[in-house]
Amino acid sequence: MEAKNLTVARIKSLIERGEASAVEICQAYLQNLERLNPTIKAYLHTSPERALELAARIDRLKREGTPLPSLAALPMAIKDNILIKGLRSTCGSKILENFVALYNATVIEKLEAAGAVFLGKANLDEFAMGSSTENSAFFATRNPHALDYVPGGSSGGSAAAVASQMAVAALGSDTGGSIRQPASFCGVVGLKPTYSRVSRYGLVAFGSSLDQIGPIAATVKDTAQILRVIAGKDPHDATSLAVAVPDYLEGIEKPVKDLKIGLPREYFRAGLSEVVKNKIQAGLRLLETLGCQMVEIELPHTDYAIATYYVIAMAEASSNLARFDGVRYGLRVRGYSNLSGMYRETRDAGFGAEVKRRIVLGTFVLSSGYYDAYYLKAQKVRTLIKQDFEKAFEKVDVIISPTSPTPPFRIGEKSNDPLAMYLSDIFTITANLVGIPGISVPCGTTPEGLPVGMQILGKHFDEPRLLHLAHIFEQAGGFTL
Amino acid sequence: MKIGHAEVEYVAKLANLAITEEEKRRFIDQLNSILEYVEQLNSLNTDNVEPTAQVVYASEQDLGMRQDEPRVTFSQEESLSNGPATGAGYFKVPKVIEER
Repeated sequence: MEAKNLTVARIKSLIERGEASAVEICQAYLQNLERLNPTIKAYLHTSPERALELAARIDRLKREGTPLPSLAALPMAIKDNILIKGLRSTCGSKILENFVALYNATVIEKLEAAGAVFLGKANLDEFAMGSSTENSAFFATRNPHALDYVPGGSSGGSAAAVASQMAVAALGSDTGGSIRQPASFCGVVGLKPTYSRVSRYGLVAFGSSLDQIGPIAATVKDTAQILRVIAGKDPHDATSLAVAVPDYLEGIEKPVKDLKIGLPREYFRAGLSEVVKNKIQAGLRLLETLGCQMVEIELPHTDYAIATYYVIAMAEASSNLARFDGVRYGLRVRGYSNLSGMYRETRDAGFGAEVKRRIVLGTFVLSSGYYDAYYLKAQKVRTLIKQDFEKAFEKVDVIISPTSPTPPFRIGEKSNDPLAMYLSDIFTITANLVGIPGISVPCGTTPEGLPVGMQILGKHFDEPRLLHLAHIFEQAGGFTL
Repeated sequence: MKIGHAEVEYVAKLANLAITEEEKRRFIDQLNSILEYVEQLNSLNTDNVEPTAQVVYASEQDLGMRQDEPRVTFSQEESLSNGPATGAGYFKVPKVIEER
């Protein structure tokens, strides 16, 4: 058995046919990790003992003749802002460097019950704020396809682990593209579910009206199977909705003919790199030959989306990050003279530059005298952006765009210009503002071998259609294992 | 310039952040360029537009309020286990009450 290009289905059949044990599969991926992580730096810390324990449980089931659960022995990387009981959860921040989780996130409980095996915690931009994983307080992750390039972010460690065979699948979180953009940069599949589809209990909050946990995997089918396990109502998250969770694999092989695909006029103009444009256009031609119909649509408020997003995301971040005060958990510095000094010095030492920038700006837009002009204004424009999408979805079934306007960029290229970094999120942030699902699926590579991703957006809870179209596309294009 | 030295200091104080002089200088430039970019929202007329705070809920949806029943979550020891300074079953903080 070679620990390469395995999938949920292949792992299950290896174990069922007795060709490999769960422990052997787990060990093989741990070996990949030991060999590659020093270079790629996808994982912040690992948990081999716990992983092998979980794998041994699967082997016991096999010996007892009990049917294997749906994700049996699936080696996974978990973004380090999702809690696993007894393991550190640093969020890529100095302020939580030694924080140990007291409970499992709901998604972890569900994955564990489905037989998944967690190899370790994946690197991220500090508190998921960034698009390159360079903002991690510990180290930058490298793109497995080209080591001088970023893997995207903020779930860069999760995507890089999957792309380099250090995990078969991963969990990320997506507040403005943090699952889809790194999936695109690393040549794998990443899905941001509908807001409220997956419980956020145990996800360290960044932007509470925007955050969603979702799967990253090498194939659409694996993505679909993980979503089925983690989706659903959770009493611990009042924002999760009791909408039935379908079998996302049902009908996934059927042809996609007569599907209407919306192409936003505003997305295919200046600012989009030629090489990305060419790849996406080739992808669209492929979809046409499969029977899809292209319809030009308008999303007239596109130009306002980034400004709207950053006002709302920073406001929510400044509120959520107020809890890190050096009292109940996390870092506390020495040398303060009073309580407010302790708060201020602790937060100064514990947070990195991007996090501070967002806290300062978020606090500013919420402060007396500026609230109406910035925060309330952004919430109103959010309504207009939502209406753009409602109108578009009256005419089309899905909307397609590039995931990112450029291919992966070099490490260090954008790290001194926050605004330039924000502008590269243009195609992904609207799904978070509107709460709709979006998937990034591989769409070929540039002449330099850098991956390009195609994004498919759908209506609320229309994940079955996104996964179906993405699966047919990945198979027809040969963009899969 | 929307934000100057005084504004950054005021906001940093609201946010309980100590920031260095060097950070302050850098932030002033970066924050102003971000805010300048955000200004474009003002070119939109939103007089009759309702704000959106949450995206997927219709008002008729029942979000399923749970019963308000006490239950054990974490022991005292567990709750204190991540505290940077604890003792006698409490989190320790610097003295808050001033001496007269």
